[in-house]
Amino acid sequence: MTDVVLRLENLTMQFGGVLAVDNLSLEVKKDKITALIGPNGAGKTTAFNCITGVYEPTNGCVYFYDEAIVSNRPRGKMKKLYAGENTNTDRRIISDTHDMNTKMGIARNFQNIRLFKSLTVFENVLVAKHMRMKQNVFTATFRLNYREEKRVREECMELLEEQGLLHLRNEMAGNLPYGLQRRLEIARALATQPRLLLLDEPAAGMNPQETQELADFIVRTRDKYNLTVFLIEHHMDLVMRISDHIYVLDFGKLIAHGTPEEVQNNQRVIDAYLGVAEDA
Amino acid sequence: MDNSIKKQKIILTAALIIGLFGLLLILEQLLPSSSMLFVVLKKGAIYALAVVSMNLLNGFTGLFSLGQAGFMLIGAYTYAIFTIPLEARDMVYQYFDGGIIKFALPVIPAIILSGIVTAIFAYLIGLPVLRLKSDYLAIATLGFAEIIRAFFQWDKLGPVTNGSNLLKMYPVFHSVIFPFAVSGICIAIIVLLINSSYGRAFKAIRDDETAAEAMGINLARHKQISFTISSFFAGVSGALLAMFQTTVQASAFRATMTYEILLIVVIGGIGSVTGSCLASFLFIACSEWWLRFLDNTTYIGSFKVPLLATGFRKVFFSVVIMIIVLFYNRGIMGTNEFSLDALIGFFRKRFDRHRKEDTAA
Repeated sequence: MTDVVLRLENLTMQFGGVLAVDNLSLEVKKDKITALIGPNGAGKTTAFNCITGVYEPTNGCVYFYDEAIVSNRPRGKMKKLYAGENTNTDRRIISDTHDMNTKMGIARNFQNIRLFKSLTVFENVLVAKHMRMKQNVFTATFRLNYREEKRVREECMELLEEQGLLHLRNEMAGNLPYGLQRRLEIARALATQPRLLLLDEPAAGMNPQETQELADFIVRTRDKYNLTVFLIEHHMDLVMRISDHIYVLDFGKLIAHGTPEEVQNNQRVIDAYLGVAEDA
Repeated sequence: MDNSIKKQKIILTAALIIGLFGLLLILEQLLPSSSMLFVVLKKGAIYALAVVSMNLLNGFTGLFSLGQAGFMLIGAYTYAIFTIPLEARDMVYQYFDGGIIKFALPVIPAIILSGIVTAIFAYLIGLPVLRLKSDYLAIATLGFAEIIRAFFQWDKLGPVTNGSNLLKMYPVFHSVIFPFAVSGICIAIIVLLINSSYGRAFKAIRDDETAAEAMGINLARHKQISFTISSFFAGVSGALLAMFQTTVQASAFRATMTYEILLIVVIGGIGSVTGSCLASFLFIACSEWWLRFLDNTTYIGSFKVPLLATGFRKVFFSVVIMIIVLFYNRGIMGTNEFSLDALIGFFRKRFDRHRKEDTAA
């Protein structure tokens, strides 16, 4: 077993003439917290969407535990329009859909919260268990899967209790306050029994106090569930505190990577965030 | 504690159902069988099933489909074709040498078969159509429903479908108990489905497709399941409708019928089973019985009441739809379900408020 959970190889995503992600290669190591940072519009979320299967990348591969889950090369109309480097060695075309990747053990949250608003908190978590239940429509309708259902319900209760959401389990998810919605979304992602957790700006809209708590929470969760965490974040204090390795993206290109200290002192990163003086 | 309450609830529900059927039996003994009430009850029960099956698709899975009339047509035809008694076949299929089907099924297997045949059709239609979303899906399903209607009237299919002629003389029901029982069982199954793990997955798809997929729900498969099951029950309701009407003709299953059912779904509340049931009885009662007077020219003394003429009922309904859509777009029940607890809670709240006001005064 290698210790590389997720490997991106020459991942490129082109929208029209815009290279949103340009030849991105990176590795996420097992049990580590890896961060992907960069200014707004650097292509971080696009990279996430390529990994999970929301988008089909124009070029490049994604390996999950050394198994290719996404692989594409410019073809059809894209062959002419393609502006990136064509360095994909894997000639296969694999485009797993989002649900297949989730089944393999990649869970994610969304930058703009996407809860099932008209379902209760409890049901939101139960939905995540649906794919792992041994059942079909008939056994589910006529409650022949009641043992399975009971087991899953208990698991979800436990999960909600850990997340401190148990007392809210019968609330509509849409009625929860913002912070709790974020927490519920992570709980829901954990309910899919992931091996890799992708967090897309989990601290967006949180105050420093809440961000602090979230940082502790991420570390705690990682230890408890033996997870590997890959996160996008703008709160630098959070990123610098908990990350083991940081990748910096600017205009779709990887401009630096390394430990938090290395990245902080990298001139290109500073330029990307603060801009370069005209007369320099 | 929890279990005893659950048991009580089950007993109470069972008592209610038995009470309902008892009431129906008594009514049948007391009133003449030609009473308008029975027409309303029979048609209401059949429509309730059609509406709930459409609600499963539109309200619970978020698939805006307008194929209901087409699927009911398939159900109605399947039922009629397979149950016409052998001795009557020569007469029904007079232009087609008695048709090519030389056997007749009993009623219950035929009803189940009509559901299955409809489900098979729906599965095949669903393969291409369910790739579409929202309005496009509605247009495509509407188109397919029209194609089905034309297809069943096709002369070349005459030996099976009797072309554009009537199908008749198949077994029908006389008691109001029969449609109530069949619809009741089917609606109960739909409710069980909605409350199962699959029902939760359907609702998740309705709320947010991307998030549902991120939760490992296979969108294509689940939409297909919902579409097929919904059509199964639409087929069953079509079979019941055929029994109610005693004759079947493809030209009756127009898009208007789908709109009627959609209207009931909206009145009852998109995403509420009990709302759908209530609304279908209410709608059928209004259109068949209570508002019939709108269609008749009426004189009070020598004064001719204005506007009341044939077709005015339709105008009235259009206005009602507009009012509902504009001011009351959650329908009777919204997404809530009618339950005894809720009813008791509702009255208790009222009662408490009154008492508070009294003490305040």
